[in-house]
Amino acid sequence: MTTGPTTTALPLRPPAHQVSPRAVRWWQLRDLITVLVLLAPQVVLEIVFGTGWLVMTAIVTAVVGAAYVLAVPPLLFRIHRWEITDEAVYTLSGWLVREWRIAPISRVQTVDTEHGPLQQLMRLASVTVTTASAKGPVKIRGLDAADAAELARVLTETTQATPGDAT
Amino acid sequence: MTTAVVEIPWRRLDPRMLVVTPIGMIVRLLPAFAIVLITGGGNGDTGRLIGTGVAIVLIVGLGVIRWRTTRYRITPERVELHSGWLRRQRRSVPRDRIRTVDLTAKLEHRLFGLSVVKIGSASGSSSEHHGLSLDAVSKAEADLLRRELLEHSPSPVPVAATAAPAEVLARLDWSWLRFAPLTFSSLAGVGVIAAAVFNILNDFGVDPTEIGAVDDAAIRLSNGPIWAAVGVVAAVVLATAVLGALLLFTERWFGYRLTRERSGEGSTLRVHRGLFTRRSLSVAERRMRGAEIVEPLLLRAGRGAQCRALSAGLAKDAQGGVLQPPVPRAEAHRVASAALREPPSEITGAVLRHHPRAALTRRMTRALGPTAVLVVVAFVAGSLVPWLGWAGPTSLVLLPVAALIGWDRYRNLGHELTARYLVSRQGAVARRTVALQRSGVIGWTVRQSVFQRRVGLVTLEAVTGAGAGGYDVLDLAAADAVALADAAVPDLLTPFLLAPAATGRARVSGAGCRTGRG
Repeated sequence: MTTGPTTTALPLRPPAHQVSPRAVRWWQLRDLITVLVLLAPQVVLEIVFGTGWLVMTAIVTAVVGAAYVLAVPPLLFRIHRWEITDEAVYTLSGWLVREWRIAPISRVQTVDTEHGPLQQLMRLASVTVTTASAKGPVKIRGLDAADAAELARVLTETTQATPGDAT
Repeated sequence: MTTAVVEIPWRRLDPRMLVVTPIGMIVRLLPAFAIVLITGGGNGDTGRLIGTGVAIVLIVGLGVIRWRTTRYRITPERVELHSGWLRRQRRSVPRDRIRTVDLTAKLEHRLFGLSVVKIGSASGSSSEHHGLSLDAVSKAEADLLRRELLEHSPSPVPVAATAAPAEVLARLDWSWLRFAPLTFSSLAGVGVIAAAVFNILNDFGVDPTEIGAVDDAAIRLSNGPIWAAVGVVAAVVLATAVLGALLLFTERWFGYRLTRERSGEGSTLRVHRGLFTRRSLSVAERRMRGAEIVEPLLLRAGRGAQCRALSAGLAKDAQGGVLQPPVPRAEAHRVASAALREPPSEITGAVLRHHPRAALTRRMTRALGPTAVLVVVAFVAGSLVPWLGWAGPTSLVLLPVAALIGWDRYRNLGHELTARYLVSRQGAVARRTVALQRSGVIGWTVRQSVFQRRVGLVTLEAVTGAGAGGYDVLDLAAADAVALADAAVPDLLTPFLLAPAATGRARVSGAGCRTGRG
């Protein structure tokens, strides 16, 4: 997938860093679980009632799911990027709807790291940067756990060094 | 916490709440009481009396517990509220985050000279509360709190009783009543009134069909031609709607006054209003982030509009932050201008830049696509079910309507950057013109869907701490969006720009422009 003709492309350079390569496995695992959750009831109902047409939906689910698991996570890995400068947090994410987010460090209120069970398995973490806005925080997902901790520490220090109540 | 904080004593709510809380509860439970007393609980008279007695004791008891367990205090840094008996709640709001103070006095509060104080604050982290509510304190205390809390510097000296004279920015003009039936919220209010009337009739065991006149009318209608019946019903509904809207407008906006009060170093905007329930909303002006002109379709057709303040700590509902009732459009822009101390051409009245033609295509697709699906469904249904044959042809009417809405949505799209504000407009069914302070922008989000990517459009969202938290500029040319964001908040985006676009506001083909900026 390309970014379209150059005349209409967004004149922003992508953020500098990619997320951890292990994020691909994490996303694949996550999506695989979703596909299995969708597949399981169809298989069970088919075995119990033997309707026949459920075999078809199950096959479609499995094929589409497999294609998604194989194709989308590597794509996400190529798209997802992040960068933190002394002035701003800058992220790029999204597959169907691409999203560039920029938040000035001076407006950052809290920095949190999260490790879900799957992320822990992969030694990954997400960093959530919250500002005063109600419109959702800036999230960097799929970072190496050690990198994430270091990033959160640096961000917290920078934030505390910046005066003002960030509203 | 410093040691000084410990010395500040806790205060209780006004003791008159011991009476007001039970009254409020009983009034709300009155229909239930009426049912029990009239129809009987099945245990005879003594059972009913005991039940009612127990209920009253419970209600009074709950009132006492509520009063005994609720404490609040105002320290130099925070407002703290502890409440609850079995489930304790501790709420605390940092004073430098307080943005609005809303005083509400329902009828039962007014009878006893009380007022509820709602404190709205900018949210800190997600774990912090967006404000708290003291229900209720005496009127004098409420007024003192209002002035003390919106005063930015926490001064130990009580605020001078002689407040500076308030400057009146707007007053109610009864000719504005004509806009009342044109607002959706009023129409919703009609539903509430109708439901209330029905409930009351129902609770007292009155069946409308048993009232002679109603029954008689129903019989005459059912004997007459169908168009007459439909016409009469429509007229009755319309008349109820108009009457209800007028009543609701009067209850909400009686005694409306928008004033500016100077207190200490800052000043506050204050909206007074209400017939039975008196409300006064105070917004710290220094922390206001802009204004919004809202024009729902009907109101816009009647050349009316309504101005709302953009600030943190306002209620999220339809009435949150309204600075005025529905008024003539010019008056809405005048109030926005008076509130923000800017000429209208610098804020909501600015002449806006049009968006690229590609945005028209996108609005049209989005309006016509779902409608076309509906039409197809209607035709299919019509061909399958014999008595639905009319559905397909009738649904064709939807297509021009959708096209008109799509066209109107495109026509309304626009944005402009003025000296201190980012102005943007969008919407057809509810047109909104937002003037957001450039210094209030705390980040940007650029979104591009697959479809937008093909035609080189993006949606730019200015992220802010006030109001909805973010305001979209829909379907801009990609280069224009980045140039706009870069110009609105200098230096933030600059390090991330691709080299060629870094020179000022790039213009991309198709980005039409109605005016040049000075």
